[in-house]
Amino acid sequence: MKNQRLPYWLTLGVAIVFLFMHAPLMVLVLFSFNDSKFSMEWKGFTTKWYERLAERQDILDGLYSSLTVGLASTVIATVLGTLMALALARHEFRGRRAMEALLYVPIVTPEIVVGISLLILFMAAHFPLGLGSITVAHVAFNISFVAVVVHARLQGMDRNLEEAAMILGADEITAFFRVTVPQLWPGILSGAMLAFTMSFDDYVITSFVAGTDAATLPMVVYTMVKKNIEPSVNAISTVVLIATTILIFVADRAGREKPLTAEKAPVE
Amino acid sequence: MTARQRFLRFFHERPQLKAWALLAPGLTWLVVFFIVPLVLMLGYSFMPRNVYGGVDFGFTLENYGRFFDPLYLKIVLKTTLYALGCTAVCLLLGFPVAYAIARGGRFRNFLIFLVMLPFWTSFLVRMYAMMFLMRDSGLINKTLMDAGVIETGFEMLSTPFAVLTGLVFGFLPFMVLPIYASLEKLDHALLEAASVLGAPPAKRFFRVTLPLSMPGVVAGSLLVFIPALGSFLTSDVLGGAKEILVGNLVQNQFTSARDWPFGSAASFVMMTLVLGAVTLYLRVRDADEAMGK
Repeated sequence: MKNQRLPYWLTLGVAIVFLFMHAPLMVLVLFSFNDSKFSMEWKGFTTKWYERLAERQDILDGLYSSLTVGLASTVIATVLGTLMALALARHEFRGRRAMEALLYVPIVTPEIVVGISLLILFMAAHFPLGLGSITVAHVAFNISFVAVVVHARLQGMDRNLEEAAMILGADEITAFFRVTVPQLWPGILSGAMLAFTMSFDDYVITSFVAGTDAATLPMVVYTMVKKNIEPSVNAISTVVLIATTILIFVADRAGREKPLTAEKAPVE
Repeated sequence: MTARQRFLRFFHERPQLKAWALLAPGLTWLVVFFIVPLVLMLGYSFMPRNVYGGVDFGFTLENYGRFFDPLYLKIVLKTTLYALGCTAVCLLLGFPVAYAIARGGRFRNFLIFLVMLPFWTSFLVRMYAMMFLMRDSGLINKTLMDAGVIETGFEMLSTPFAVLTGLVFGFLPFMVLPIYASLEKLDHALLEAASVLGAPPAKRFFRVTLPLSMPGVVAGSLLVFIPALGSFLTSDVLGGAKEILVGNLVQNQFTSARDWPFGSAASFVMMTLVLGAVTLYLRVRDADEAMGK
């Protein structure tokens, strides 16, 4: 069956679906270089919309906020998520199934529900809204994703190296930092990249917990989309698009990198 | 014995405690900033409204009662229909794509990369890209006018078509990837067996390939249905004021309408639908596993 060619109608249909998936974004990128303010006609190549971006303080502030929140929430979510994954992958304990179910709650809860329920909590607890509350929210929805990614990695990992280290006299802490962490590093890194991208892209949850003073980049973009004033929206979208694509590419590479002992030697 | 050795020995002798020590920080964060807010929200949904935002103390079922009002009942029904429609269209478009990738030979990795790409790009930017194409002066209208198909641009935004297209555009990768995963695992020996026994290609597909890809189809459907049900940005950007879904209703109650209890109730109606879908998924999956697939 592998050698049989797909029927032409199927190949054509699939090509159209791929076009549907990618053409809208390609058009967007293309028109961010169009030298015309209103028209959809191609009036020549320009980078002036990008130059305009750099002049706008709200965009620069938004970018700064997004990076700050992204870095802080990624570090916290990655540490907490990795620890949870270690517990789940390597320890038998009571309440384990409940714990796994709990991890999936953030993954299936609609974003808007996460956003408003956190807003309710923050208002009830008089927690000040701003970059702090946004970071707290991003950690809350990212822990699960990191834990799931790292857990998957741990399940495929060989424990022989750790045991060898302990036999050779390393205690558990040394073995953890010198053997387990380097071995697990690609998994941790791809979990962290995933967390950062989700934080960097999130609009819905952020918009509810941001309060009035803070604005991340997606919030600035949203305002621009709603006002729809000039092609700068296309330019800023292109920037966001390229930034996330690079991130994902790096994450994908990191995730694929083979751990020290990817292939288990057959033991007879 | 040093402090470090005593520390290690303490946990070595208590493996349960060690597991919980690893879980504690993340667990605390999830409970305080995820579970507690959901419980609070559930509480709010049973309280009377305070006109300045927030709630007054008391107990009422009125917030849920309002969903029997035809206006809101219609929004819930419409949201469910959109989610189902989006799932159906994604299945229709996604299955052939997954099938083609599984048989894509040396292009396989590149094609998967192409499916993953939109999966990771900003949802807001993607919805804007759709809006850019569909608006009155957008590329679709302009191309049609230039080609002489239509005289004046027609309104595509704020129609059910725009919202459904946006939803499908948004969630299609969620359908393709699980189906691809199950097609990839398919044992070719079974197809060869069917072929040897004289089954024509169409019969092989419907009797072998399709049933064996069911776990992927079911998982993909869940992964599309849930976010489609909870979607807010798609209808907000592409639906305008005309196409209101539960997500927009919730957002509205927490911003301009300032009716937090009703917004909370609407969120729980949404959560109930999501949990219903998850339960159904688990049933189907367990039934599949019980059949020894």
